[in-house]
Amino acid sequence: MTEETPLWEVFIRPRNGLSHKHVGSVHAADAELALQAARDVYTRRGEGVSIWVVPSRAIVASDPARKDENFEPAASKIYRHPTFYDIPEEVGHM
Amino acid sequence: MEQRLKDALFRQLVRLGDDCLILGHRLSEWCGHAPMLEEDLAMPNMALDLIGQARALYTLAGEIEGKGRAEDDFAYLREEREFTNCLLVERPNGDFAHTMLRQLYFAAFMQPYWHAAQGSAHDGFAAIAAKAVKEMAYHVRHAGEWVIRLGDGTEESARRMREAVDELHRFTPELFETDAVTDALAEAGLAPDPASLRPEWDRVVDEVFREARLERPQRFFPRSGGRAGLHGEDLGHLLTELQYVARAHPGARW
Repeated sequence: MTEETPLWEVFIRPRNGLSHKHVGSVHAADAELALQAARDVYTRRGEGVSIWVVPSRAIVASDPARKDENFEPAASKIYRHPTFYDIPEEVGHM
Repeated sequence: MEQRLKDALFRQLVRLGDDCLILGHRLSEWCGHAPMLEEDLAMPNMALDLIGQARALYTLAGEIEGKGRAEDDFAYLREEREFTNCLLVERPNGDFAHTMLRQLYFAAFMQPYWHAAQGSAHDGFAAIAAKAVKEMAYHVRHAGEWVIRLGDGTEESARRMREAVDELHRFTPELFETDAVTDALAEAGLAPDPASLRPEWDRVVDEVFREARLERPQRFFPRSGGRAGLHGEDLGHLLTELQYVARAHPGARW
């Protein structure tokens, strides 16, 4: 079954102007059927205006064992967050 | 609208409503039994499109008839002989190949039907058409892609697809039948002439069949009678299940 119908990762864009977000995966024999399966499984309640499907095997993932060395060094560098500026009110939301 | 045309439109709305309800019910029978989870959602999705169309069609039919009948009266409280769906839609699901081919045959007819019906002189009917035409376009695409993959797939899938064609093709000429009802409606610009949709149906089915490496049967015996309420045995069994709760608990609300 999985050889004939490999896994595809599904990304949905909820509205124009927003980016595609990962929502889950489907099994399908090829790209066209993967798009249709994604449409049928993940957009039944009006969730999207655009779908991407990507073969799961094409995704390169970071190694969970390297979580500490990858992500912990960022935790202590609060100066990277632009939270030390006073924004004039006229500017509004940025 | 003169009474003659009202009667014709009423009968056509019930025919279309019956087509949608019965095929919607057939597709819903797959729920929980599809070959894969993705199709287990895809087929009920299509079923719900069709049942939604049936509801709108029955409701409008009841309004035009003016005798106080609502959608449930049409769906649950009519006998087998009062159903005027075409025979194709009541055919049993068979295997997945049968179900997808039946869907392609029906949707390839209804998509151009609704496309043309958007220009109906009756606003309510035109509005139903405008919603349904998009739903049927997806059914054509989804069923068509499966027919292509099964027809041009493995030895077994190709054999099953050919068997489905042999079994179901004889029910397709009924889709294009005309009579006093369809003639009157076409003449008044109220609903499309079914016979006029044949070239578009041929084009879509031929295109899918070419990619699927399938051939239409050269010789077959066309079956018909559904529009006159003459059905196969299978419709009775379907209605038994469809109508059981409503008939066992008359007037119940849920």
